[in-house]
Amino acid sequence: MISLNVNGKKHRVDVAPETPLLWVLRDNLGITSVKYTCGEGECGNCTVLIDGRAERSCVTMVKSVQGSEIVTIEGLAEDHPVKLAWIEKQVPQCGYCQPGMMLQAVDVLSNNPTLSDGDIVQSMDDFICRCGSHPRIVPAMKLAAAMMKK
Amino acid sequence: MRTDMTRRNFLRSGCLLIAAAVTPAGVMTFVNASSGFAGAGKNFKPHAFVEISPDEEVTVRVGQTNLGQGTHTGIAMIVAEELDADWEKIQVRMALAGDPFKDPVWGGQFTGGSTSIRHRWELIRTAGAAARAVLVEAAAQTWGVPAARCRTVPGKVMAPDGRSLSYGTLVPTAVTLPVPQNPVLKAAREYKIIGSEKQRLDIPDKVQGRTRFGIDVNIPGMCVAVIARPPHYLAEPMVFDAEAAKAVPGVIEVVPMGDRVAVCAETTFAAMKGRRALKVNWSKSKHADLDTAAVDKTLRAGLKRKGAVAQSGGDAATALSGAVKTLEASFYVPYIAHAQVEPTNCTAHVEKGRCRIWAPTQGQSTAQSVGAGITGLPLEKVEVMTTPAGGGFGRRSEADVIEEAVSLSQIMKRPVKVMWTREDEFAHDVFRPGSVCVIQAGLDSGGDVTAWVHKIASPSIMARLMPGNIRNGVDESSVDGVTTMCYSIPNRLVEYVTTDLPIPVGWWRSVGNTINCFTVESFMDELAHAAGRDPLQFRLDHMEKGSRPHDALSLLATKCGWDKPLSEGHGRGVAVTDCFGSSAAQMVEVSVHRGTGEITIYRAVCAVDCGPAVYPEGITAQMEGGMLMGLSAALYEKVEFEGGGVKTGNYSDYPVLTLSDVPEIEVYIAESRHSIGGIGEPGVPAAAPALANAVFAATGVRVRELPIDREKLKA
Repeated sequence: MISLNVNGKKHRVDVAPETPLLWVLRDNLGITSVKYTCGEGECGNCTVLIDGRAERSCVTMVKSVQGSEIVTIEGLAEDHPVKLAWIEKQVPQCGYCQPGMMLQAVDVLSNNPTLSDGDIVQSMDDFICRCGSHPRIVPAMKLAAAMMKK
Repeated sequence: MRTDMTRRNFLRSGCLLIAAAVTPAGVMTFVNASSGFAGAGKNFKPHAFVEISPDEEVTVRVGQTNLGQGTHTGIAMIVAEELDADWEKIQVRMALAGDPFKDPVWGGQFTGGSTSIRHRWELIRTAGAAARAVLVEAAAQTWGVPAARCRTVPGKVMAPDGRSLSYGTLVPTAVTLPVPQNPVLKAAREYKIIGSEKQRLDIPDKVQGRTRFGIDVNIPGMCVAVIARPPHYLAEPMVFDAEAAKAVPGVIEVVPMGDRVAVCAETTFAAMKGRRALKVNWSKSKHADLDTAAVDKTLRAGLKRKGAVAQSGGDAATALSGAVKTLEASFYVPYIAHAQVEPTNCTAHVEKGRCRIWAPTQGQSTAQSVGAGITGLPLEKVEVMTTPAGGGFGRRSEADVIEEAVSLSQIMKRPVKVMWTREDEFAHDVFRPGSVCVIQAGLDSGGDVTAWVHKIASPSIMARLMPGNIRNGVDESSVDGVTTMCYSIPNRLVEYVTTDLPIPVGWWRSVGNTINCFTVESFMDELAHAAGRDPLQFRLDHMEKGSRPHDALSLLATKCGWDKPLSEGHGRGVAVTDCFGSSAAQMVEVSVHRGTGEITIYRAVCAVDCGPAVYPEGITAQMEGGMLMGLSAALYEKVEFEGGGVKTGNYSDYPVLTLSDVPEIEVYIAESRHSIGGIGEPGVPAAAPALANAVFAATGVRVRELPIDREKLKA
């Protein structure tokens, strides 16, 4: 049995300890906002927050996060500045990659709310979005940063 | 329209009179949406497209897949406009596959060809207007005044004396009234919702993580299947040993399926582990020597063969030999992958007398036909629930995964979700075909193009999907963008050679245009340069004034600062496309590091003329995304082959554009004099040639192969 803390709720799941966190969240806990795309840590679509840091759940073994606080997009307040900014700037197209990117944005902005545009680009470069939502990411993060300062 | 003809017979299928909806919470519900009657239960349903409840909720049903392209919001805006609905009361539901949602021009229910709105412009406006007319009549009867003296404001009918009745309160009367077939439509100058800025209706759920994609479908009793697939084309499993797979905890069954072997398990990860454990000995490749070099050689050898004439006008040979100056160049584009982020998947449940399919499909009618074909059920017993899709770009018009899910559910006697892995996705994509061409053109003494001779060799998409549509040896999708070029050149000859390779090819966002716009627009640039003329003006001079591409390019010229000075070392390139009923002209500004060959893109500007701009915010997003997809292909994308199969395994072998590649993007939408056009695809084709032409302007090096080889850009 593996014990997990996801979005403030405790769960006990009967899975092999090497199972990627991605599949435990999706198939065992029904948290489907966390997406499978590449399975090799390349695309970022499966990103979750583990103790506040954005990590790729497809290459994170579930046994390594027992006792950690895991947060998915459902675990952020509906009026979280990143969510509001993503809506205001109309970032998503298909939307499949967005929860991962937004959680990365939460990590980046929580640790440094005064990033330059270049810093934001670097911090968000390691993600695959095939629709081309990119031009809206920097404006959305700047808006979110401004909201977080208030 | 040619393409109309070619695709008309594509999708023939059935008639379901039930519509399904995915609620924001992801629960599938079913509601009757037959077009035959106005009333059902308590709600007013004049037809399949609109339903109004007594508590004022207006539900718009859309039959086209939500791929993130904004169509659902655009269609809702058209309905709301003609219905004179209160926008705040509008919600959109994806409809269950059914006759009312078939394409009125091409037939079949599918999402492709940038048709969702342009082929339904009349239909959807009429749907909204018919509902409004019934509500006005209901109010008029209530008040005992002529309908002609009543008017509407959003959500209400107003009487001549100022009394009003809300649409919700009129529902009980409205359900008893006949629905007019030819209601009066608004004039464009009366539009308040069409053309206005609106937030996309599906974005809040996507941001909150509430949207349920195909991959997220979970049906009680469901198992998940991951399938072992041939490692090279046309291979088959000789023998397989299921025991190791069955020993994986959670694996339920191993099922042979012709040239594949499915592993069914309780969870996705168990199915993946089971597939890894499965031992399969595959037959030898019938194409063992097929690799990237062999593919390229086959393509190039095609150019030496006699071609079929795709277009002939004037006397190209004579004009070419009589030209003051002639130019010739060859171009190459590789096979590329869809690489949509949500892997291919489908969930099916076959029961006695019923087959249900949940899929992020772009081809509802095909899915229904495939389901009926496998189960032997009549079409109306096959229910297709279309989920939102994590990208599609044409990949999801294929029915391969639907066939797999329906077959496995029938065998397993329970709901089955078939999941493709990313490795499956690259190994078994239906790629955009590789293509090579040689172009010759002649200039007269004034530097005008008098002759254009263009020979293309590429595999045919139609040969696999619709062989009946190949006419006189020509697959029109392979020559699109050449035969339909924006320029009036008096003497033209376009030839096409089908190359035969075992690699399946399919629709990739903007299809032939993405290949041929690159070659035509690159070569037009070479011609302008040879003629000593400005490349943008040179293009305008060869177009019919007042044509759509002329209008789009003229708008680009005024917006992109074409005549403004550039920073030292920067270069600007321009290109234009006319496809799917719209024109898009694009300018790209770059610099090139001559030590590394690295390209930096600073700015990309797009001017689009798509006729009436229903949903400008959505059009802007589609142009942004289209341009970036085109730039991604030009900068990075190429599928590699080896040993008779696909070598490219995952994104680590197939880089795509990421945020640091992305320039400042500006999109301008023309105030158009033209008819309504498509928007999903026209943003793609001009990006690659605009980039290539900018690279030439910055370096003097011509780009004639994609992706752009940085080595060749080193000084």
